[in-house]
Amino acid sequence: MKASRVGAIVLRQFYLLRGSPVRLLPMVAWVAIDIVLWGFITRYLGELTGPRVNLTASLLGAVLFWEFLTRVMQGTTTAFFEDVWSRNFLNLFATPLKISEYLTGLVTTGVCTSLLGLVAMLLLATGVFGLDFVVYGIALVPFVAVLFVTGIALGIFGAAIVLRFGPASEWLIWPIPSLVSPFVGVFYPLAVLPPWMRAIGEALPPSYVFEGMRAIVAGRPAPWEMLGIAAALAGGYLVLAGLIFTRVYRYTIRTGLIARYSAETAS
Amino acid sequence: MPDAAAPISAEPVLAATGLCKSYGDLAAVDGVSLEVRPGEIVGLVGPNGAGKTTVISMILGVLKPSAGTIRIGGVDLAKARSRALALANFAAVYAPLPGNLSVEQNLRVFGMMYGVPQLSARIDELIEEFDLVRHRKVKAGVLSSGEQTRVALAKAMLNQPRLLLLDEPTASIDPATARDIRARIMEFAHARQAGVLWTSHNMYEVAEVCDRVLFLSRGKILLTGEPERLIAEHDAPNLEELFIRVAHEHPATGAGVGA
Repeated sequence: MKASRVGAIVLRQFYLLRGSPVRLLPMVAWVAIDIVLWGFITRYLGELTGPRVNLTASLLGAVLFWEFLTRVMQGTTTAFFEDVWSRNFLNLFATPLKISEYLTGLVTTGVCTSLLGLVAMLLLATGVFGLDFVVYGIALVPFVAVLFVTGIALGIFGAAIVLRFGPASEWLIWPIPSLVSPFVGVFYPLAVLPPWMRAIGEALPPSYVFEGMRAIVAGRPAPWEMLGIAAALAGGYLVLAGLIFTRVYRYTIRTGLIARYSAETAS
Repeated sequence: MPDAAAPISAEPVLAATGLCKSYGDLAAVDGVSLEVRPGEIVGLVGPNGAGKTTVISMILGVLKPSAGTIRIGGVDLAKARSRALALANFAAVYAPLPGNLSVEQNLRVFGMMYGVPQLSARIDELIEEFDLVRHRKVKAGVLSSGEQTRVALAKAMLNQPRLLLLDEPTASIDPATARDIRARIMEFAHARQAGVLWTSHNMYEVAEVCDRVLFLSRGKILLTGEPERLIAEHDAPNLEELFIRVAHEHPATGAGVGA
């Protein structure tokens, strides 16, 4: 893997962000809106339930964690979509660039852009609504790591879908976090789900993060074993997403889809 | 990156052997073998759908051949894709550079991908050479067709490739600019001993620029030779008439990757 080729992918995204503040705005604006909305909902519910339940840590914390995963995923897919929108695949893939370098460049870009949103969320959640991360203790590290790796895996998987089915399939990718969220119990324990939904939830790493978060807020010890499972699952999904993207890329090379990608003739 | 002072290698910069590409029962390219030697400009001509772009796409590594081998500068494309493509570059009318980056930004991004040493100096050189000084900070998407072609050619020469693939490089540009571009490419090929594979529908251009011509129809090479010799051998008044004759005798199928 050559750093200059990974750097080229990142630099391209940096140029785009620097040249167009419109690209920067949604990274901060949407997360800020979500935190403000849920911050006031949490405050209102807190008044109803009283101080015995730490709603800020369980509800607003959950929103923040889920937004983080969503931003990591969208940061990766948006970097990929830039190449879709500018019909750049032929130029890109006719260079010495390797798939591993391309994906590393996309992920690096996703990390950088999602950090922008994360900073905005943290400032609002802690500064305005009093979310205190000390509540989660050291378990905060695996929480963030699992969500981060899962977000990257979802982003790469989304990019693979668009590469395979063409630019029009982009609309399938944006709702993926909303589609996944009911299964991972962002706001409720998996136990309330019907068995088939629970089975799906148990296969998804964020479920363990949110279960763990609720356990800690309720005063129970951090469920390290569950977080170990979550980390293993997230790592597995990341490898799987990379393999799927590579397989789809090989398919596009075999069928000529890359060469005629902008024509949307995928079938 | 090749050194201009280095002795000319006897090895072809491009050696494609038995190239085939099928889509189901349809053979878009059928047993094409071709070579491009250092300093040689080879024209790949044929009617629409003959398989020219399919051949170019396979050489660029964006389309996997159903059969056959491709060696760029002696490096097997199938076995060492990245190393082989580092020796090549291309410009095609259907592959403009991202319009939302400036000329300089595009050259920097692609220069990094090709691992060009002393990139800033190389970008300055190309911007000067292709008369892009006043467009340096302009987004590529707002340039005219001729200016975009010059940017694409500047990008194609960033890594001083041993093999340059040009798919209709002068399509949709005015005759004066086209002549200027032809002169630059010929100068590049001869000065750097680079091999050039050039597709065009302009037979006057092909006759002027190419040392050798390959006539492709229905995915097969029908004729090959020096333009003057082909014209004489087939008793045609010029290359365009010969082209029309061949195209009528062997109508294309319309298969392939936009070929």
